[in-house]
Amino acid sequence: MTQIAHSPHAHVPLTINKVMRLVMIALTPATLFGFWLYGWPSINLWAVSLLAALLGEAMVVRWQQRAVRPVLMDGSGLLTAWLLAVSLPPWAPWWIAVLGSLFAVIISKQLFGGLGQNVFNPAMAARVMLLISFPVEMTTWIAPAPFGSVHAPSWLESLAVTFSGVHVDGMASASLLGHVKTEFTRGIGLDQALSGYYAPLDALWGNRAGSLGETAALFLLAGGLFLIYKRIITWHAPVAMLLGVTIPALIFSAVNPGHYAGPVYHLLSGGLMLGAFFIVTDPVTSPNTVTGQFIFGLGCGLLTWIIRTWGGYPEGVAFAVMLMNAATPIIDHYVKPRIYGRDRKGVALPIAAPISPIAPIGKES
Amino acid sequence: MKLFKLRGGIHPAGRKELSAERAIRILPLPKRLFVPLQQHIGAPATPVVQVGDHVLKGQLIAASQGVVSAPVHAPTSGVIVALGEYPAPHPSGLTIPTITLDSDGCDRWIETVILNDPFELSSEEVSTRVGAAGIVGLGGATFPAAVKLSLSRKTGVHTLIMNGGECEPYLTCDDRIMRERAEQIVEGIQLIAYAVGARQVLIGIEDNKPEAIAAMRAAASGSAVQVVEIPSMYPMGSEKQLIQVLTGKEIPATGRPADIGILVHNVGTAFAVSEAIRYGKPLVSRLVTVSGGAIKEPCNLEVLIGTPAEELIEFAGGYAQAPARLVLGGPMMGQQITNPAVPVVKGTSGVLALTADEIGQAEASPCIRCSTCVRACPVGLLPLEMAAHIRVADLSGAVKLGLKDCISCGSCSYVCPAHIPLVHYFNYAKGDLAAQERGKLKQEATKKLADERIARMQRIGREREEAALRRKAAREAKEKAALAKTTLAPNEKAAPATEEVV
Repeated sequence: MTQIAHSPHAHVPLTINKVMRLVMIALTPATLFGFWLYGWPSINLWAVSLLAALLGEAMVVRWQQRAVRPVLMDGSGLLTAWLLAVSLPPWAPWWIAVLGSLFAVIISKQLFGGLGQNVFNPAMAARVMLLISFPVEMTTWIAPAPFGSVHAPSWLESLAVTFSGVHVDGMASASLLGHVKTEFTRGIGLDQALSGYYAPLDALWGNRAGSLGETAALFLLAGGLFLIYKRIITWHAPVAMLLGVTIPALIFSAVNPGHYAGPVYHLLSGGLMLGAFFIVTDPVTSPNTVTGQFIFGLGCGLLTWIIRTWGGYPEGVAFAVMLMNAATPIIDHYVKPRIYGRDRKGVALPIAAPISPIAPIGKES
Repeated sequence: MKLFKLRGGIHPAGRKELSAERAIRILPLPKRLFVPLQQHIGAPATPVVQVGDHVLKGQLIAASQGVVSAPVHAPTSGVIVALGEYPAPHPSGLTIPTITLDSDGCDRWIETVILNDPFELSSEEVSTRVGAAGIVGLGGATFPAAVKLSLSRKTGVHTLIMNGGECEPYLTCDDRIMRERAEQIVEGIQLIAYAVGARQVLIGIEDNKPEAIAAMRAAASGSAVQVVEIPSMYPMGSEKQLIQVLTGKEIPATGRPADIGILVHNVGTAFAVSEAIRYGKPLVSRLVTVSGGAIKEPCNLEVLIGTPAEELIEFAGGYAQAPARLVLGGPMMGQQITNPAVPVVKGTSGVLALTADEIGQAEASPCIRCSTCVRACPVGLLPLEMAAHIRVADLSGAVKLGLKDCISCGSCSYVCPAHIPLVHYFNYAKGDLAAQERGKLKQEATKKLADERIARMQRIGREREEAALRRKAAREAKEKAALAKTTLAPNEKAAPATEEVV
């Protein structure tokens, strides 16, 4: 009772660790589905990612002569590695995961000053680094081979896939976005490119070639709704990002359906769902106000669509997020809430002329 | 009635059920009372009694000083045993000038005059009497009520808003007084409305107090006083927010409620006004909620001003478990005390003994910019950005972001998942700014004095020189005259000599 505390003497029962845990819980269904879909190698990859992040962060924090325990306990490093893992090709070799995780927690986060100080979303920065540096490994997709199916590798085989880089020729497949982009370069139109390759229902469910945890649109949506319900995130950035993709897709596909894919194709492809609910909602790298967050999400969606449509890479979520991360300070500079008793510019509201003289109570106005 | 939307706000656990059903009880007469001279915003009162004086309950013991001040009255009959220092009901635990009164056990009132029709008084007289009764804002702000009344009468006020919000968790004393003493509150409200000439009277009561709403509606029926049910939300009981929810208007950032024709008073203050005007009784007691998880039997007590807080706790059955923190007021804006012997003062609405679980405080961790504080802020500030500026001692940066508009409600600190003591940063910065401004004023005053001194010295020097010159001139004139006299007389004789010279 000697320590004197300032008011308030009541707090919401929430900590940073609990926030991170809730996000991980929300991410669990899509991740488990990814595990089931792509088998043991994906589990290896996920585990390696998390382990590398923990060790890497512990090492750096030790070098900085800061207390290691509280930094690891806040759960942010684990979450970053988890988000990175679910955005990787599920049968990627172990060193991709290690490099990515170390880059994310050390370069993207701790070197910027640790939790809350990073400018770019660490998972997306790491993914972009990997994609630019190791394009082959980062675009080698496999067709789903769920547990129990003929092609599903055993645990021992999975070790070979993850740790010895055993080729997976028979399993290789292209992601939808990659396939369409390749077909375009061969001069093949959208109709033909999509035929036999695109089944919206499968995409909704996630039964397609893609990143570890990015394919299960429904599970990601459920996780996002859970976070909104728990008030960890608000709807603004996710809805804006989906709109940012949907609106141009609607317009362009209406004008030229032979060349531009429709909104459903875009919404259910690549990392959009993961991005909308788990990446653009990253508090550290997104704006402060809900209006700012809406603008931010809209920008992410729009840039994603532009990169997918006209860019050199088939997928654009990570690039779009990083570009908008860089725009966050400027959004925060211009979008601020109006202060009570002041106008939008911060000038005090005018004080009106004196009120008319006394009229006693009883005389109703 | 149409209500208006508010920005931000939070919904902390109310915990009012601990004491809401406990009827008001009167705390037995304490043996010794400690009555501070400063229980209000403004200048402290000056004692008008001597040690050893016998005083009656309600007798003036310290007079108001200056424009913004309030007098203090004896809470019971007895003997003044000390005019000295006593620990203040403040986190610092420092002492303040206090009158110590030993009760004689009779609790005998001074002679009071009961008015059958208080509305016979002129409106000026009503506010004068409110001032003389030592009434201050009993919601916790403790601004002298009479100063607000006369200011409002001068600028003109069309709407009187009565604050029955009681949005602080735990506190139920306003709830109880509205349930049990509704008619007298309504009379007090009408007196306040009469004193300022308000045409519309609204009582805002949060919808978590249905019994109080019913009681006040019954008491107000047939009068122009309108009871309005408002949503339960913190900080609904803040003046600015209450005005906004009821009228849709905002007080300009540089103004007061009177600038938009509104006056806000607490329902407890209205009761005190009725006591003072109709029954001639100055403010010597108030209602206090004693509650918290560490209190055995939470309750609502009518307590004499100056009663040590520990006596209230004792009367409430003592502690059920060792409290982690003692708080005066509500948990959101109340102040921690370390010494349970500090007195209840006019602004004390609660005595809380909280457990660590109830407080729920953890070590502060880094800000993750989740901006929950931005969404919770009822004023529209960016608490996370302001705190970041204050951390690096950039006060002017924080001021640019609106530090001076902060109402210190604590909503941001409450919701912060990183447990950063945001409002502590802001109050620290406000204090520092005030000190800087005082320093600046002092510097200016010093400079002015120094300039004046220089001017004065120059003037004195000039005057001296002038006086010296005058004296010299006078002396020379005199000498000349004397010379003329002395030379004139022999002149006639010595004329040839002069001629020689010439």
